[in-house]
Amino acid sequence: MTDTRHLVVVGNGMVGHRLVSALRDRDGRGDWRITVLGEETRQAYDRVALSSYVDGKSEEELRLAELADPLVDLRLGDPAVTVDRERRTVRTASGAELTYDALVLATGSVPFVPPVPGRDLPNCFVYRTLDDLDAIKAAAAAAVARPGPGRRSAVVVGGGLLGLEAARAMRLLGLSPQVVEIAPRLMPVQVDDGGGALLKDLVTSQDIAVRTGVAVSGIREEKDRLVATLSDEVELDADVVVFSAGIRAADSLARESGLRLGERGGVWVDATCRTDDENVWAIGEVAALEGRTYGLVAPGYAMAEVVADRLLGGQARMTPEELDMSTKLKLLGVEVASFGDAHAATEGALEVVVNDPVAGTYSKLVVSDDAQTLLGGVLVGDASKYSTLRPMVGMKLPADPVAMIAPGGVELGADALPDSAQICSCNAVTKGALKEAIGGGACTVPDLKACTKAGTSCGSCVPLLKKLLVDEGVEVSKALCEHFGFSRAELFQIIASTGLRTFTEVVEKHGRGRGCDLCKPAVASILASLGNGHIHEGEQAALQDTNDHFLANMQRNGTYSVVPRIAGGEITPEGLIVIGEVARDFGLYTKITGGQRIDMFGARVEQLPAIWRRLVDAGFESGHAYGKSLRTVKSCVGSSWCRYGVQDSVGMAVLLELRYRGLRSPHKLKSGVSGCARECAEARSKDFGVIATEKGWNLYVGGNGGATPRHAQLIVQDVDQETLIRTIDRFLMFYIRTADRLQRTAPWLEELEGGLDHLREVIVDDKLGICAELDAAMALHVENYADEWRGVLEDPKKLERYVSFVNEPGTPDPTISFVTERGQPVPTPRAGDPEPVLIGVPAFGRQEVQ
Amino acid sequence: MTTTDERPATDTTPTARRWETACPLERLQPERGVAALFGEEQVAIFRTHGGELYALGNVDPRSGAAVLSRGIVGDRGGEPTVASPVYKESFSLVDGRCLDARGVSVPVYPVRLHDGLVQIGLR
Ligand SMILES: Cc1cc2nc3c(=O)[nH]c(=O)nc-3n(C[C@H](O)[C@H](O)[C@H](O)COP(=O)(O)OP(=O)(O)OC[C@H]3O[C@@H](n4cnc5c(N)ncnc54)[C@H](O)[C@@H]3O)c2cc1C
Ligand code: SF4
Repeated sequence: MTDTRHLVVVGNGMVGHRLVSALRDRDGRGDWRITVLGEETRQAYDRVALSSYVDGKSEEELRLAELADPLVDLRLGDPAVTVDRERRTVRTASGAELTYDALVLATGSVPFVPPVPGRDLPNCFVYRTLDDLDAIKAAAAAAVARPGPGRRSAVVVGGGLLGLEAARAMRLLGLSPQVVEIAPRLMPVQVDDGGGALLKDLVTSQDIAVRTGVAVSGIREEKDRLVATLSDEVELDADVVVFSAGIRAADSLARESGLRLGERGGVWVDATCRTDDENVWAIGEVAALEGRTYGLVAPGYAMAEVVADRLLGGQARMTPEELDMSTKLKLLGVEVASFGDAHAATEGALEVVVNDPVAGTYSKLVVSDDAQTLLGGVLVGDASKYSTLRPMVGMKLPADPVAMIAPGGVELGADALPDSAQICSCNAVTKGALKEAIGGGACTVPDLKACTKAGTSCGSCVPLLKKLLVDEGVEVSKALCEHFGFSRAELFQIIASTGLRTFTEVVEKHGRGRGCDLCKPAVASILASLGNGHIHEGEQAALQDTNDHFLANMQRNGTYSVVPRIAGGEITPEGLIVIGEVARDFGLYTKITGGQRIDMFGARVEQLPAIWRRLVDAGFESGHAYGKSLRTVKSCVGSSWCRYGVQDSVGMAVLLELRYRGLRSPHKLKSGVSGCARECAEARSKDFGVIATEKGWNLYVGGNGGATPRHAQLIVQDVDQETLIRTIDRFLMFYIRTADRLQRTAPWLEELEGGLDHLREVIVDDKLGICAELDAAMALHVENYADEWRGVLEDPKKLERYVSFVNEPGTPDPTISFVTERGQPVPTPRAGDPEPVLIGVPAFGRQEVQ
Repeated sequence: MTTTDERPATDTTPTARRWETACPLERLQPERGVAALFGEEQVAIFRTHGGELYALGNVDPRSGAAVLSRGIVGDRGGEPTVASPVYKESFSLVDGRCLDARGVSVPVYPVRLHDGLVQIGLR
């Protein structure tokens, strides 16, 4: 290791991070030890997804894979300040001096702020880093909290991709955004005039004011707000001003150390990403590759790969003519994509346009003069064809260009593409490479992501990855089990529309065999969601999963826990006494759970009816702790007691818990309600969480705790109680209808095409026209709810099941025994405890000998 | 195994066997097991949708809990099964072998229908 060389990387952004991970992946011998200098104090994060930080993604969720490696020394918050190329040293802000064998500049860009008077005033921001967003959030919150009438507003300077993202973020933060763009159309770089006009309509209809063809000429303070003056002398009031008027390469280190620069800025590099100093390289947005800079992450990643290869003696080089400047994004629910020669700059290029103002879509293909070869295109409103069209750039068209973009035209699949086509442009993965990976055993989208990196950046190629897996015969099977060739969602549709109401009918008409422990509970849950009476009625009884079988949770020794509902965690002293007495009289172990209620453990099956009789008589009902259904709605004490509370969170939690109790779903459902933004009820770790605001309620969906914690995301803001409940009703019913078996809301939402925006379109804007149906389904549930335990106690036929043995109903199971631990009964440990998996070994061993 | 149309169990074991009654047939709902206790021995008894009767040891070998009778009855590739409610391994109702873990099995009991009563053959 004595001849280990030292690489210094300046900049811990997306591209710097990619270089270090690529180098560490490939440098198995440890030729290089790496020091990374980062100006930002945070771990590297996904800047492309920066705006989702306003949607509720946390810093942790945006973080790129951590570079914990003994050969990597990551120094955050200590930027490089000078480079001495003679001595090959870098000096940092803290005064450290590092000697390098190779230096890589990956300092990215800085936002360009036009030199208008007043641009340095407080509440003027740029939009580039998490720190910027923290500052913007704070300013927006202060503006929203300030007393006084009128809307709070934000002026966004720049109507490009970033400006529109920023405008959307402002709206999410409760400000009315106004976008000012100097060019005659929005997103001038990506779209043409036709696309820009449609885009303006679509954006304006989302409560975002747009002014094109004017510039901001000055900003001044007036009272406690800002006023922005425009070149046409219009004045706009603003609480916040955000500049997103373009970027400039952060090339000052290179400039000061005398490196060659590109004509329009950026550190000049050749096709190997080397500067004019052979020991210095530049990659990412700061690099001017053969004189030209690139403001997207894909070219930066390609540069990082080239430098990693070169540092290890390879011969990789960039092919700038192939660098893909395509973009697809979804802003404010509006899809926009442009790819290839979008502006028809090629000699003799023809444009084919299909404009449908009614549907709100605009599509344009740019083709060669003989109309045979695809050169580029623009899609606005519906960009679903982007993932197949983009890889076809430069190739012969498989069909008539108009048919390819006309509504209901030719359906294009991955099979239309040659092996050389790039499916994932962010990571330069070709169809051939993907097919190879599939041949090597990859059979799911996550497999393909892991072994080729395809689909890991912008994600727009994921639908194509799925199609490719199907084309290659590696089905992405969603079939429930060997008895049904359908996914749970499909089966739900079948059962709902055919009116079949028994498992036997369903399996005989639409499946095969007699079912199993996968499909039977799934069908049971679907039938229950459709309101099929008591879950132990008739044949349904035999479908129920372990816990639903006896309406109690089976524990490891075959005993059950008993969990009465304590809605919102609110309970009277009398209620507490009843639970205490029941537990004492039946010798049960008691524990207070995270769901704010009390579980009683150790009940034998034949004791359950007597226990529940006591509880039901005292006014308790089933808590459904056993079901794939609503568990609890946790709450903080809220405005009734808390000094900070702005709404009655307990009252809301009780209301929600009583509304959704007993609702059967693909997996368990948890909820929480906090009385103010301090979030003491941890509502954002729930499937649906509600947080009180001064003006109403915020609803967050798709969170969970457990092994893969997820934060719920904001779906509606400051709504009144009626809207809140209607939105939750629809969210739950839509989830129940479309999720897979045992898929909780977070992964469901992640897989939902179009994600949160799509969900909002479906359940808030009723884009699919199904809301009336969802509302009716929930109304039916609420109306038909009946306590399952009361149903058992009132029916001798159902009670008959609750015996230990058919031939000796009163005899307790002799294998059950308890010992005392901390004053309470717990199951007697078995030989081999506490390694539960090995517990069975004595029995296994005996069987094996036979 | 036997069927509810009163075919005798095909039990060829020569050793002395006593038949003990578990319950009347009506007590056994299709695809929902029950447990019966004979001395120390716990037996899980099942009736399939097609009407066949099966009996296995009630103790789930992995957890040691006496709960197999509370599992879901179904089939795998046509072979009737019960899934343990604890860790969800499936056992063949025909020969008691675990279909999800090699070398694991539970005992199988002869079962017959006699005068409308479900009876288990014990040694
Ligand atoms: C809101 C937003 C949305 C975007 N959307 C997209 C998109 O949809 N698609 C797309 O392709 N691209 C998008 N981009 C652009 C993309 O994020 C960049 O192309 C990419 O981050 C460039 O990576 P980089 O490493 O070159 O620069 P950066 O990620 O900016 O990293 C540079 C890092 O270097 C640090 N640094 C600077 N000077 C020094 C110094 N002297 N010492 C130490 N550290 C220093 C900086 O603080 C920074 O952390 C978006 C950008 C933003 C801001
Ligand atoms: S969330 Fe707010 S209202 Fe609820 S307990 Fe915490 S501080 Fe009080």
